[in-house]
Amino acid sequence: MPNGGVQKRQFIRFSRLQRILHICMIVSFMSLALTGLTLKFSYTKWAVVLSHLLGGFENAGYIHRSAAVVMFGVFITHLVDLYKLKKREHGTWRALLLGPGSMNMNRRDLAEFVGTLKWFVGLGERPAYGRWTYWEKFDYFAVFWGIAVIGSTGLTLWFPVFFTRFIPGSFLNVATIIHSDEALLATGFIFTVHFFNTHLRPEKFPMDITVFTGRMPLEELERDKPREYEELVATGKLEEKMEEAYQPIVIQTIRAFAWAALTVGFFIVLWIIYAMLFAYR
Amino acid sequence: MVETKVARSKWRAGLGVVVAALLATVFSLLLSERPARAADQPGAECLACHGDKTMTTTRAGKTVSLFVDGKKFAASIHGSLGCTGCHADLEGKDFPHEKPAPVQCGTCHTTEQEQHARSLHGKAIARGDPLAPHCVTCHGNHEIYPVKDPRSAVLPLKVPFVCGQCHREGTTVSRNRPIPQDNILENYSESIHGEALLKKGLSVAPNCATCHTPHLILPHTDPASSINRKNIAATCTKCHSQIEVVHRKTIRGELWEKQANVLPACPDCHQPHKIRNVFYEQGMANADCMRCHANEKLRRVRDGKSMYVNLGEVNHSRHSQETGRLRAVACSQCHSEVNASRVRSCETITHEVDCTACHDEIGKLYTVSIHGQLAGKNNPNAPTCKECHGTHGILGKQDPQSSTFAVNVPGLCARCHREGQKAAVRYTGLQHEIIANYTESIHGTLLKNGLTVTATCTSCHTAHHILPRTDPASSVNANNVPNTCGQCHHGIEEQFENSIHAKRVSGYSKPLPVCNDCHTAHAIHRTDENSFRLNVMSTCGRCHERIAETYFDTYHGKVSKLGYTKAAKCYDCHGAHDVRAVTDPRSHLSRANVAATCGKCHAGATRRFAGYLTHATHHDPRKYPFLFYTFWGMTALLLVTFVVGGMHTLLWLPRAVQMRRELRAAEAEFAASLANPPSKEGPDA
Repeated sequence: MPNGGVQKRQFIRFSRLQRILHICMIVSFMSLALTGLTLKFSYTKWAVVLSHLLGGFENAGYIHRSAAVVMFGVFITHLVDLYKLKKREHGTWRALLLGPGSMNMNRRDLAEFVGTLKWFVGLGERPAYGRWTYWEKFDYFAVFWGIAVIGSTGLTLWFPVFFTRFIPGSFLNVATIIHSDEALLATGFIFTVHFFNTHLRPEKFPMDITVFTGRMPLEELERDKPREYEELVATGKLEEKMEEAYQPIVIQTIRAFAWAALTVGFFIVLWIIYAMLFAYR
Repeated sequence: MVETKVARSKWRAGLGVVVAALLATVFSLLLSERPARAADQPGAECLACHGDKTMTTTRAGKTVSLFVDGKKFAASIHGSLGCTGCHADLEGKDFPHEKPAPVQCGTCHTTEQEQHARSLHGKAIARGDPLAPHCVTCHGNHEIYPVKDPRSAVLPLKVPFVCGQCHREGTTVSRNRPIPQDNILENYSESIHGEALLKKGLSVAPNCATCHTPHLILPHTDPASSINRKNIAATCTKCHSQIEVVHRKTIRGELWEKQANVLPACPDCHQPHKIRNVFYEQGMANADCMRCHANEKLRRVRDGKSMYVNLGEVNHSRHSQETGRLRAVACSQCHSEVNASRVRSCETITHEVDCTACHDEIGKLYTVSIHGQLAGKNNPNAPTCKECHGTHGILGKQDPQSSTFAVNVPGLCARCHREGQKAAVRYTGLQHEIIANYTESIHGTLLKNGLTVTATCTSCHTAHHILPRTDPASSVNANNVPNTCGQCHHGIEEQFENSIHAKRVSGYSKPLPVCNDCHTAHAIHRTDENSFRLNVMSTCGRCHERIAETYFDTYHGKVSKLGYTKAAKCYDCHGAHDVRAVTDPRSHLSRANVAATCGKCHAGATRRFAGYLTHATHHDPRKYPFLFYTFWGMTALLLVTFVVGGMHTLLWLPRAVQMRRELRAAEAEFAASLANPPSKEGPDA
C-alpha cells in the first residue's frame, strides 16, 4: 500500500457494529484467557505472578466473570444484528443461512478448500475466493461453538449450587474439564491459526486492520476476494460500498491497540506452550 | 528327780540305769557337800530351800520361781551382804517365811533412790503405774555386778537394750505412755553414738543413761532435767568439752549456757537420738564469710576470678526469704564443704556448690536431662544450675527480675541456643533459627506483649528434664507432644485424642502426626494467618501425598495455589483436630454432615452439590472414568484441530511468502513508475 498520504476511497467490509463487537470480543477474550489460564496453570510460577498482577485470585475471578458478561453481550448483540441483517439484506432465514453471502459452509467452500490445498502444493492456481473464505467461516463458527460450550459450562461453574439442583455434583468436575480444555482450544487456535491466517501471513505482516477500520483498499479486495470484486463490479454495487479512508491518527491508534492484542496473545501462546511442555501435571 | 530325768530320757534302759546311777552318785556327793560349804557363807541357810531350782510359789495366779543361784549371788557385788543384808525383814524368821517386803535399795543407795523417786520413773511408781520400772527392772536382783563388769545388766553396751525393753516400738510402754520421741532405739543405733557403742564397741560412747542420767530421768520440759534446753549444753559438753571451739563461729561459747533460750541448743541442730556425723552448716554465720568476701577487690589466687560477694544481692535473693517453713539459707548451706573449725573455713572447699542437697527432686531430673548428661561428661558447654538461675542473687521464677521469669526464659535459652551459639552449633537436628522463629511465633508474640502464661521454652521442653525429642521420656517426643501441648490446649488435645490421627483410634503402626507436624515446633503461627492456610495443604500432603496432589487438580486446590486463602483447605472440610475417617458418622464429611460442611462457604449447598469431587483427577480411568474420557475426548479434539490448523498454516507459508515477494515487487515497480517517467496516473493523484 503506497504511503503517499493520498487518501483513496476504500471498500467497506465490516459494519460499525461488527467492528465494535470485534473490539469488545478481543478485550473480553483476552481478559477471560488471562484470568482463566492462571487458574488452569495454577501450578506454574507464572500463573501465581500473573494472578497477583491481576489483583489476586479473587479479583481475577471478578474480571473473568465481568468479561464473560461482555462476551455474552457480544454474542446476543450479534444474534440481534443477524436478525436485522436477515430483514435488511436476505429477507428469509433460508437466504441468510444458505444464500451466497452466508457464513454457512457450502459446496463451493469445499471446492475452494481442495483448490487451496492444490495451490499450496503447486498443483493449481489460487482459488478466486469470495466474500468469506472457508477459513474465515471456520473461525466464525469456532467462536459460535466456543461460546456455546465454554459459556454453558462456565455458567454451571459460576452458579454450582443452583445447577446441582438439576445435575449431579460430579458433573461440575466434568464441566471444569470441558470449560478449561475448550478454552485452551479457543485461545490456542485464535492466537496461532487465526493470528497467522489473518495477520501474520507474510503478505499481510504484521497485521490486517480491516476488522478495526472496517475498510480495505480496493486492490486488496481485488487480490484477496476476486470473486466478490468481480460480482460487485458486474452488479455495479461496488461504488456504493466505497468510503473515505480514516485519518492516519486513527489508523495509528488502531494499530497500537492491535499490536497490544497481538502481543498479549503471543505471550499467552508462549505461556501455554511452556506450561504444557515443561510444567504439565 | 534324777531318776525321773533318766526315765524320761531316750536312752536304752540298761545303759540308762548305769549312767543314771553314776550321775546320781556324783550329784548326791555335790549336794551333800554344798550345805556344808554354804554354811560358811551368808545366806547358806536360805539357800537350803532357795537353792532348789524347782522351788516355786504362786502370786496373783502366776507361778513364780523362788530359786536363787547361790553361786552367782555369792559372786555378785552384794554377795558379801548375805540375804538378810537386803531382805532385812526376814532376819530370824521361821521357815517357811512369809512373802518378804520389797527390798529398799535406798537404804544403802540413798542418792540413787532419792533421784529415782524424783525421776519420771519414780513418780510413775508413786502413781502406782504397773509399768513403772523399779531398781530390779534394770539392775536385776540377786546378780548385780559393778557397772563395768561384763556380767552387769547395766554395762554401757547393754544399756540401750535395757532401756529398749520398754523404749522401743511396739512395747506396752511405747504404746500406752506419752513419749514424744519415736523409734528411739532404732534411731539411736544408727546415730554416731549408737554406731560407736553398738557396732564398734566403744564403751565410752554415750548410751541412754549418759544423757538422760541413770536415775534422775526427767522429761526435757523439767528444768531439772539433764536434757532440758538449759542443761543440754552441759550434758553434751560432758563429753564434747571443746565443742564451743567448733561452734565458735555460730555462738560465743559462753553464751550457750547463759542464754539457752536465745541461742540454739544442741538438739536444735543435732536431733536427739539421730545425731549424725554431719556438719550442720546452718551453724555458720554469714558474717564470718563476709569478713573477707565483702571486699570488692577480693580475687581468687588461682585464676584471678573476683570472689566478691554482694551481700545486698544475696539478701534480696530467694534464698534469703523465709517462705513458709523454709528458713533463710546461709552461705555455708550451699558452700557446704566449709570447715568451721578453721580460721579460713572455706579453705576446705573442693567442689562446686551442689544445689541438689536441697533441690533433690530437681537434681534427679536434671541429671538425666541432656544438660545433665553433658555436664556428667564434663562438657564445658553444659549448663549447670547457675548458668540459668544465677548464683547469689537467685530469684524465684515469679519474680519479673528473675532470669527464669517467663518473659525472660527465651532470652535465657537463647544464650546458647541462638543460631551460631554453642548449643546451636553442636545441634544436628532439623530445627533452625529456633529463637528467631519462636520470637515471631504466636507464643513469642504473646510473650512479648507480656502474657506470662503463654508457652515459653520450658513450657514444652520442661525446665529441668530437657531431653532430645528422640528420647521416649522427652516431653517433646512425638508420643508425648499432644500431652505437652495439651497442658494448655486441653480442649484441642481432647479432640485430637479422639481423631483418626490418634494412635488409640486408628491403631496405625506408622508414625502419626502430632501437633508440631502441622503447626511446626517453634514457628507456630495463628492458623487464621494466610501463611498457615496456604501451607497446610503441603503439610497434609507430606503424608497424604496422592490425595493432596489430586486436590490441586480441582478448583479449591488451584485457587489455593494462586494464593487465595478463602478457598476450602484440608481442615475446612475434614476438620482440624477432630479429623476423622469419612466413614465415621461423626466426621464432618459423613453422609449426614457433608452438606452442612459445604454450606459453610456455599450457602444452600445440597447433598447433591456435595457430590462434587474435591480430589478428582482425570488421570485415573478406574476411579473417575467419565473425567478420564472427557479429558481425552477434549484432548483429541484439541489435537485434531491444532494438527489440521497447523498443517494448513504450514502449507500456506511458502505460498504466502511468494505472494509477499510478488506484492513487494509490484509495489517497487509502482513506486518506480511514480518517481521516474511521469505517467498519466501522476497528475491524477
